[in-house]
Amino acid sequence: MERIALLSPVCSPRLQNYPLYIRSVPTENELKFHYTVHTSLDVVDEKISAMGKALVDQRELYLGLLYPTEDYKVYGYVTNSKVKFVMVVDSSNTALRDNEIRSMFRKLHNSYTDIMCNPFYNPGDCIHSRAFDNMVTSMMMQYVK
Amino acid sequence: MEGLTLSEAEQRYYCDLFSYCDTESTKKVASNGRVLELFRAAQLPADVVMQIMELCGATRLGYFGRSQFYIALKLVAVAQSGLPLRVESLNTVKDLPLPRFVVSKNEQESRHTASYASDADNPASYSGVIPPPPGRVQAKKGSVSHDAVQQRTSTDQESTSPVVSPQQSPPTSPHTWRKHNRHPSGGNNERPLAGPGPFWAPFSEAQPGSSAAGDPIWSGHSPPPHQENWVSFADTPPTSTLLAMHPASVQDQTTVRTVASATTANEIRRQSSSYDDPWKITDEQRQYYVNQFKTIQPDLNGFIPGSAAKEFFTKSKLPILELSHIWELSDFDKDGALTLDEFCAAFHLVVARKNGYDLPEKLPESLMPKLIDLEDSAEVGDQAGEVGYSSSPAEAPPSKSPSMPSLNQTWPELNQSSEQWETFSERSSSSQTLTQFDSNIAPADPDTAIVHPVPIRMTPSKIHMQEMELKRTGSDHTNPTSPLLVKPADLSEENKISSSVKFVPGNTVADGYSSSDSYTSDPEQIGSTVTRQRSHSGTSPDNTAPPPPPPRPHPSHSRSSSLDMNRSFTVTPGQQQAGVVAYPPAVPPRPQPSQGTGPHVHRPVDAEGLIAHTSTSPQQIPEQPNFADFSQFEAFAASGVNEEEEDEIETHPDVLQAEKPSDSASSLRAAKTEGRVEDKAATSVPNNTGKGTTPLAPPPKPIRRRLKSEDELRPEVEEHTQKTGVIAAVLASQPSIPRSVGKDKKAIQASIRRNKETNTVLARLNSELQQQLKDVLEERISLEVQLEQLRPFSHL
Repeated sequence: MERIALLSPVCSPRLQNYPLYIRSVPTENELKFHYTVHTSLDVVDEKISAMGKALVDQRELYLGLLYPTEDYKVYGYVTNSKVKFVMVVDSSNTALRDNEIRSMFRKLHNSYTDIMCNPFYNPGDCIHSRAFDNMVTSMMMQYVK
Repeated sequence: MEGLTLSEAEQRYYCDLFSYCDTESTKKVASNGRVLELFRAAQLPADVVMQIMELCGATRLGYFGRSQFYIALKLVAVAQSGLPLRVESLNTVKDLPLPRFVVSKNEQESRHTASYASDADNPASYSGVIPPPPGRVQAKKGSVSHDAVQQRTSTDQESTSPVVSPQQSPPTSPHTWRKHNRHPSGGNNERPLAGPGPFWAPFSEAQPGSSAAGDPIWSGHSPPPHQENWVSFADTPPTSTLLAMHPASVQDQTTVRTVASATTANEIRRQSSSYDDPWKITDEQRQYYVNQFKTIQPDLNGFIPGSAAKEFFTKSKLPILELSHIWELSDFDKDGALTLDEFCAAFHLVVARKNGYDLPEKLPESLMPKLIDLEDSAEVGDQAGEVGYSSSPAEAPPSKSPSMPSLNQTWPELNQSSEQWETFSERSSSSQTLTQFDSNIAPADPDTAIVHPVPIRMTPSKIHMQEMELKRTGSDHTNPTSPLLVKPADLSEENKISSSVKFVPGNTVADGYSSSDSYTSDPEQIGSTVTRQRSHSGTSPDNTAPPPPPPRPHPSHSRSSSLDMNRSFTVTPGQQQAGVVAYPPAVPPRPQPSQGTGPHVHRPVDAEGLIAHTSTSPQQIPEQPNFADFSQFEAFAASGVNEEEEDEIETHPDVLQAEKPSDSASSLRAAKTEGRVEDKAATSVPNNTGKGTTPLAPPPKPIRRRLKSEDELRPEVEEHTQKTGVIAAVLASQPSIPRSVGKDKKAIQASIRRNKETNTVLARLNSELQQQLKDVLEERISLEVQLEQLRPFSHL
């Protein structure tokens, strides 16, 4: 089971993380994943603040395993614009290695930048891009067999 | 039957009809049922129909082949126009309007289904389906025709069949689009929507004809016929009226057509392949798009920024979501800006969407930016092309070329891009090969250098000497070494003076240093030393020990002496020892590097040198080869080294000074026995044991001490100045060495070769010396035995 959630950056006025995009495969227990993603935000914020003003590069974008729970693992990734990606992976899926997670995040990031290039997309809107959906679906299907 | 010549419109029309009738998709035979229906729809008397069928030869054949079908259609047109049915009339009648087929609602529906219903054959389910396109087509036809009945029927059709609002949309669309909203345009818009039906052909053809009149019509708008969802076409009366123009327009078109036949060349091409690709952009459309592009961006090779494009397309009043999707599809290189091709694709998609066509999931091939358009700017074309190609190599299969529409240039571009793509890969691979090449070359040298088992140490010494000499002549760094070398020579000489033995050991020690690595008689160690020295030599520009070994203080001149030694070395391996003797120009007071640099410097040099000063070597050997060698050499020369001693130990200059020749010798022996250059402890121990030769005994200790910081300090005190000088020289030379190294690889390689040669020579020398050592040890043992034997007597 896998779930991908995109969270908005901590928008200055709102100071609120709301999901721009949430997707999970399979689709049951969605609510549980929602909860997990939300709770992991704290960890993400913690890691971001820990990094301080350090230059953000690819390595630092990837936050790694945020915390493992009994059932699943949560991975985090933050972009330069503080858009957070959170991925929840089932713990039983041990085939997923760190570098695979990284590549998945990289693909997500690339797709996200493609979306941002679209002038019709206003940052902060929920993401409805079909291309993005397709990419996410293919990625999840690929890794979650 | 005479050949049938059809005009383009007729051809298209007939082809569409044939496709419609070709329920079994045989592409060759029209199903009789359909044909009959068609004929019925022609509203011709039955006998006329029979006559037609007879004339076309279907009755003969029993089926309607394509030619028969076409002939039949033509005859229908003839009949409808009231002309007598004659075979001859087929080709003689000019400007024959296209055969009109008016069918009842059901028939229309069925026809819709038949022709359009998702290309699925449902011959039976005529009535069930209300295929919009056919309906539309009918509507178009009806609307276009002046026949009120047709209009009504078409209107009915329209009402029943989902109608496309898009036809309205053009008129209501932004002003920029209005100008395209001519009636014919509207009709054309609908026509495309109608789908790849036969009806479409005439419409599209009509459009071109009308467009030929000068209106930028985007009627040529080819519909995305094969869409899964024939979006409902809101065929409003106005549009129907537009469509009503059809018959008339068709006729007009025919006339216009003939006139504008030349202009329709493209369209013919387009239309002929129109069935296959509804997303094609007709020339008129493209021209319109280009004009629109120019309004935003005068430079056709430039980009339209995202914001401008957003404003422009927002005028189309499409929902933002769809515009966003259109953007995703059309912005091929994902750069947030639209090139001309991308813009045209986007515009085309917007038009299609407005006409009710669903947006595709992927960008249709015909809309893909030209891969590499020779005509367009290289930048745009290449960018789009490369991107397009790389992104959708599968989607642009050459096989589709025939169906490629107006963007027929994409085809060759695809090919070109494929070629380019291939070339890219080739290039990349070639670059890789190049890099591989380089990498292969690089190790070659070290490999060759490594090949020799001979301890490089030895070599470097010689090499160093050689280099020193070479450098002395020219380079500065060698100069300092030379004096330094001279100094050690002096020191060694002093040592000699102090005690020959001392000196010898000193030399030996010195040599040991240089050769200690090699000496340790361990091929491995030697190898290590070799490697070490190689590294050292590598740093040296000449690739041989940077500073030529300090002129073995052959008292006369180190250089010459060293040279001689080198030569002697290289020339006569057998004379190595002699050469050794000759050269160890008293390893001059090895600039006892205060534990650190100096000794190390010298050490390696020593290692290169002849003697393996195991005890001292370990420490000393490390860093700087050349100097160690030099010093060793000098010491050697100065001390007039014993062969044994020389062989045995390379002592630091410190050793020399500390009259460690014996020590060095012993240590050397120890080193030899242990075969461990770096085993200081071992060397020290053997040093202790190796007291048979008293003179040697002391040296080991001192050597040991030297190994220790204290000892080194001592010598340092003495030779500190010298050391520093030597060290400085070494250091000075070394920095220069790398520089030269970088510059003169060949020289390095040459020096490597020389080093190897010297290595071999030194190795031989080493072996011989070791043999001598063994002999000496045996003698010692025998002597000791004798001594013991004697003693008891004495006691007794």
